[in-house]
Amino acid sequence: MSGEIYVQAHPVDHLVRADRLPHIWCPGCGLGSATACFASAMVDSGLPLDKQVVVSGIGCTGRVAGYLNVDSFHTTHGRAIPFAIGLKLANPELQVTVFSGDGDMFAIGGNHFLHAARRNVDLNVVCINNFNYGMTGGQFGPTTPLGARTTTTPHGNAEPPFNLVHVASSLGAVFVARWTVLHIRQLHRSMLRALDKRGFRFIEVLAPCPVGFGKSNDIGEGLDEMWFYRRQCVIDPETDLAQATIEMKHDSRIVLGDFVDIERPVFRPSGWEE
Amino acid sequence: MIAAAERRVLAGRHFMNGDTACAEGALAAGCRFFAGYPITPSTEIAERLAERLPRLGGCFVQMEDELGSMAAILGASWAGAKAMTATSGPGFTLMMENFGLGLMTETPCVIVNVQRGGPSTGLPTLVGQADVMQAKWGSHGDYEPIAYAPASPQEMFDLLIAAFNAAERYRMPVLVMADEVVGHMTEGVTIPPAEELHLVGRKRPPAGANGWLPYAADGDLVPPMPLAGEGHHIHVTGLTHDERGYPATDAVVQDQLVRRISQKVQVHAAEIISLEELLTHDAETIVVSYGCTARSARQAVLAARERGVKAGLLRLITLWPFPGERMRELADGSRRFVVAEMNLGQMAREVERHTRAPAVWVTHAGGAMIPPTAILRAIMEAAT
Repeated sequence: MSGEIYVQAHPVDHLVRADRLPHIWCPGCGLGSATACFASAMVDSGLPLDKQVVVSGIGCTGRVAGYLNVDSFHTTHGRAIPFAIGLKLANPELQVTVFSGDGDMFAIGGNHFLHAARRNVDLNVVCINNFNYGMTGGQFGPTTPLGARTTTTPHGNAEPPFNLVHVASSLGAVFVARWTVLHIRQLHRSMLRALDKRGFRFIEVLAPCPVGFGKSNDIGEGLDEMWFYRRQCVIDPETDLAQATIEMKHDSRIVLGDFVDIERPVFRPSGWEE
Repeated sequence: MIAAAERRVLAGRHFMNGDTACAEGALAAGCRFFAGYPITPSTEIAERLAERLPRLGGCFVQMEDELGSMAAILGASWAGAKAMTATSGPGFTLMMENFGLGLMTETPCVIVNVQRGGPSTGLPTLVGQADVMQAKWGSHGDYEPIAYAPASPQEMFDLLIAAFNAAERYRMPVLVMADEVVGHMTEGVTIPPAEELHLVGRKRPPAGANGWLPYAADGDLVPPMPLAGEGHHIHVTGLTHDERGYPATDAVVQDQLVRRISQKVQVHAAEIISLEELLTHDAETIVVSYGCTARSARQAVLAARERGVKAGLLRLITLWPFPGERMRELADGSRRFVVAEMNLGQMAREVERHTRAPAVWVTHAGGAMIPPTAILRAIMEAAT
């Protein structure tokens, strides 16, 4: 074949801890794409990499911090946000991103999310939503769609899930977006917008977890889920977020977009001078 | 600017509440970050720091719970701040999660527990000393904690400085196991001038060092600590990790790491342990006590002496590491031990383990001071 291109290096190689490879993620997982996308956004944001910090909780997404070659913290389950608050308040020069999963951030860590958003703490928050607890082998979580089969819902999930973008928006997050790892260019632009803003910023990223969710829910492998996103997703930034639930069914839509971009006073501890 | 007018160290003689003295001790020690959640009987510490910290250029933040409070002070410490929280039993239980993260990631900070009666909600407004074994074993896994037990508002000041110094010196969370009586008592407190305070800062990578490994320990088993934002690109994890901080979940690394973080305390035990001995040189009966109960024990020992009984007091100013060596020295076979504490025998078992002899236990589940008469009776019983 003529015209082959040989690539010697990837543009964000320097942001990956190559000495930690191979990573732990399964074939078909969406985390690699989301992490690479965020690494590009960190570089393209123009913010000094030495001042960018990534904090993760526990779970498959919790491992993202450890693969990024910046100051990175892999904390306890659910506590990435309060840990990040400590870092940010003690050194306001840092650009702190919390990068964690749906279970970590909205089940065990839900209360911290709630209050950090309410306060409008200056944090960039990226949540990878794969609709289940992947690390422990595919149990249902707070975003698992109603009726879905997981290892702890063998008879179908009986609980309605959180609609994360609606939750974030209702709490006053100043930037709210939802994309998938298929929509990588839109996600990259969205991450750049978030990195350029102050206050509590939230991006939900839908990602395949074929092992824990896709195969047992009539979606299939990672690539099948990417096709699913292509068929089912619509981009509508003006949508009513209250209606933007995700059912992950072949006859249901998933709404994507940069939904919220507002200004609100950024959290300053009481007694701090303006 | 307000900050210039505010004095960090309120040198002078004060009539001060124990919790307030604790807050002043923290400020004098250089505390720049407090995160906490209101809980009786520790709340006055937060209230004082809410007033004072922002005026000194520091940060006070009231979190949504104690889980978040403990996580926030660890984050602040990695951003370079001397950081602390203050709580009581139920909050201390929640903090055990990230106390473990602090131990595993070797993060300096101070946790004050103004103890009340437990278990559970127990006695919110009344005294207890029943969290002392939780201090030793409350978080899962093996570790060797450092814990102080102040017995007066003066020590609420002094031991906060000691606790911050130990946290920085050994790069770990350090506990101050106060109690409601000491926290709410008002007494004379002398605060020395700032220049007379001995303050310790954490060991840092040499200037100009690039890419410093956050877990490469020196000969003293304590690794110098790089900070976020300095360009080292550190990785910090609660997983078992190697010198680079990278996860290395295997049996060899686990044993090396967990032994080192225990041994860094054990090998420095002699410089960490702090005891007060009263009339122990010729004592035939030694009362072991700590915190507010040691105040009753002191009265009981003096009363026994008045009755011609050779009693002495061994007051634990540090609970952990336990002064086992000194216990063994004192336990020469002829001496008897009385242990007075406001729990059902937590440190008494530890005393017996080291002296290899049964002690007389003076215990109470909490709610009110153990009176000197109860301890005196035990001394007289032990002496006969």
